[in-house]
Amino acid sequence: MKVFIEKENKQIVFDKECTAKELLVELNINPTTVILVKNNETILLDEKLSKDDEIKILSVVSGG
Amino acid sequence: MKCSSCSKKAVYSSQGRSYCKDHFLNYFERKIFRTIRKFSLMKHEDKICVAASGGKDSLAVLYMTMLYCKKYKIDFFALNIDEGIADYRDHTIKDLETFCKKYDITYHIISFKEKFGYTLDELIKKAIKKGKKPCTVCGILRRTLLNRGARELGATKLVTGHNLDDESQAYLMNLFLGSMKHSAALGPVTGFNSNNKFVPRIKPLYFISEKETRLFALLKGFEVHFSECPNINLSFRAKVRDKLNQLELLREGTKNGIVNAFLEVLPDLKEKYKNTKEFSYCKRCGDPCAGEICNACILEEELCQE
Repeated sequence: MKVFIEKENKQIVFDKECTAKELLVELNINPTTVILVKNNETILLDEKLSKDDEIKILSVVSGG
Repeated sequence: MKCSSCSKKAVYSSQGRSYCKDHFLNYFERKIFRTIRKFSLMKHEDKICVAASGGKDSLAVLYMTMLYCKKYKIDFFALNIDEGIADYRDHTIKDLETFCKKYDITYHIISFKEKFGYTLDELIKKAIKKGKKPCTVCGILRRTLLNRGARELGATKLVTGHNLDDESQAYLMNLFLGSMKHSAALGPVTGFNSNNKFVPRIKPLYFISEKETRLFALLKGFEVHFSECPNINLSFRAKVRDKLNQLELLREGTKNGIVNAFLEVLPDLKEKYKNTKEFSYCKRCGDPCAGEICNACILEEELCQE
């Protein structure tokens, strides 16, 4: 699956079927700091992700 | 996961409840309106100025203020401070302008360049050489321009987009620094000494987390570019923010717990520090300040007069 990490402005390919929570653990991202979007729909951590999905990891932190 | 109130797919879950898009938007609005009413943040006779950077917090608070003010027929407008931070503020100002045009909201922009002769980027280079932190310089000058701008435009209240994350961070920072006096100036209505030159600040997003605000902006389709201030990582706040997010992950509700515990002691803090500081007026600009010259004028003299 294609995974876009907004905070780092980078896209990676992740070749493992897993849940959204497992993806964040793999990427070492704290779930309280992001919103997950799968194929343009907001999802929760229990969502299953498959190889053809396009995932966006949006950062909720802004400002200064 | 399904919404706790209907059978639709959930987009958000918190404290054992989950919400579909419609129920989340409803929850968000109710929570903010309840905060406005509970702390009497806005009244019919007020003229509300919304401090709006164009980031997600300010667009969310501007939108919700618009809904509330239209419902209760209260006068309001938006005010942006353009500090002059290249590749950051220019994007958020564009977002703000698009937003205000779409919703027909009156807005004003005041810039550091116009008021101080320099952009923040230019001032930071000088500040760092003198051992000052960027966030301190920006914070003092921005707060000053917001207050002056709001006052000169006739506002009786200044709305800021400060949220649950900001407030819990600020309280913890003050605890770590042993500065309870500064915490006495926090809360849904800011300031502990009323002064006719100081426009009271109000925080309708007080119980709303950053995550809820971003989700709201996303679900409403607001055009918000992801933008983190390039100077944030130099700040103590960024370290507190990251630790707090780790604690929130370990125990959901930590930020709420901190803010609710703080609100229990806030009346005592306000009482304790109520009259300990006599306000005088800055001999240069006339703004309220603790000493003879306000912090903004001191900074201006140190950084701008070369």
